[in-house]
Amino acid sequence: MLSFKYLLLGIGLSATLPSFGQQVAVIKFPELQKRLTRQTDTTYVVNFWATWCGPCVKELPNFEQVGSANANKKVKVLLVSLDYASQLDKKVKPFVKARGLKSEVVLLNEPDPNSWLGQVDAQWTGSIPFTLIINNKTKQRATFEQELSKAELTAALRKFL
Amino acid sequence: MKRILPLSLLCFALLLSSFILRPQSEGYQVGDKATDFKLKNIDGKMVSLADNKTAKGYIVVFTCNTCPYAKAYEARIIALNQKYAAQGYPVVAINPNDPGVAPGDSYAAMQTKKYAFPYLQDESQKIAKAYGATRTPQLYVLQRQGNDFVVSYIGAIDDNSEDATLVKTKYVENAMTEIMAGKPATTNSTKAIGCTIKWKKQA
Repeated sequence: MLSFKYLLLGIGLSATLPSFGQQVAVIKFPELQKRLTRQTDTTYVVNFWATWCGPCVKELPNFEQVGSANANKKVKVLLVSLDYASQLDKKVKPFVKARGLKSEVVLLNEPDPNSWLGQVDAQWTGSIPFTLIINNKTKQRATFEQELSKAELTAALRKFL
Repeated sequence: MKRILPLSLLCFALLLSSFILRPQSEGYQVGDKATDFKLKNIDGKMVSLADNKTAKGYIVVFTCNTCPYAKAYEARIIALNQKYAAQGYPVVAINPNDPGVAPGDSYAAMQTKKYAFPYLQDESQKIAKAYGATRTPQLYVLQRQGNDFVVSYIGAIDDNSEDATLVKTKYVENAMTEIMAGKPATTNSTKAIGCTIKWKKQA
């Protein structure tokens, strides 16, 4: 029984510490929307990026740092890759591994952005990087269609905490 | 009280809009008159919309050399010109990127392209700002009304950037069919992923 408990603890730990070679889940928009509308007091920092996007790659460390700096708070960083699904093994996984990304990475596999962009944010014209900070419990929401410095990101997130 | 209410509502709306409206959402909406421009083509000549007296309109594309999405759509932009120039709607491509930020978008790099349509450098980035362009590639279909050019469609070329053979909806072609028939486009605005325009670093 005791060992079973440790097993559970181990599973729990490995789920919260996806640091060793995390899997990149390929998801469709309804799955992402479900996560964005979840009624929880956790503040989500959702960054839309791609390996081919220079400004996105440049700002990624800021999201990693903000994620680890707030690890003890109810903050979750979600990195949504808009790379083509065909690039998952060729580009995205190697990139995530090489950078040792700790934040959860998913790849949104939707070929037609017009079908879902507006549902994330009506103002989003479609350029990336795009960042959404959302707390469904307090109904707070902020969006940024621009690259964010660490100071800008930290300041934006502070309003949620 | 009755007289004050609309004013206070207006004030509230103004206050609200100052929070909601961001620079990115400025620029043209469908139905707006597009400003003409005088931009340098890769052959060194200056190009304006008014130059081509026979044009019924234009397909203005903000695009560049460096963005993977612009590259993915390059052949389809060439095809749009092949299809629509003869029908009075030639393509005009405008590169708004600051070569200081994206060296691959320098004037010299632009000159390596050999298009049958103008490829203009928006050096001051004023035209991209006036149009409200945010990314490459981004399309604006303009329709002539007298001496004016009215924005009739804004957005994407089609619904699959990666693979032209998997396209289900050709957004701009559907819009063109209606616009050329004298009707407003049913879908006159679409969203697409693209690369952020590389704005000049503020001094």
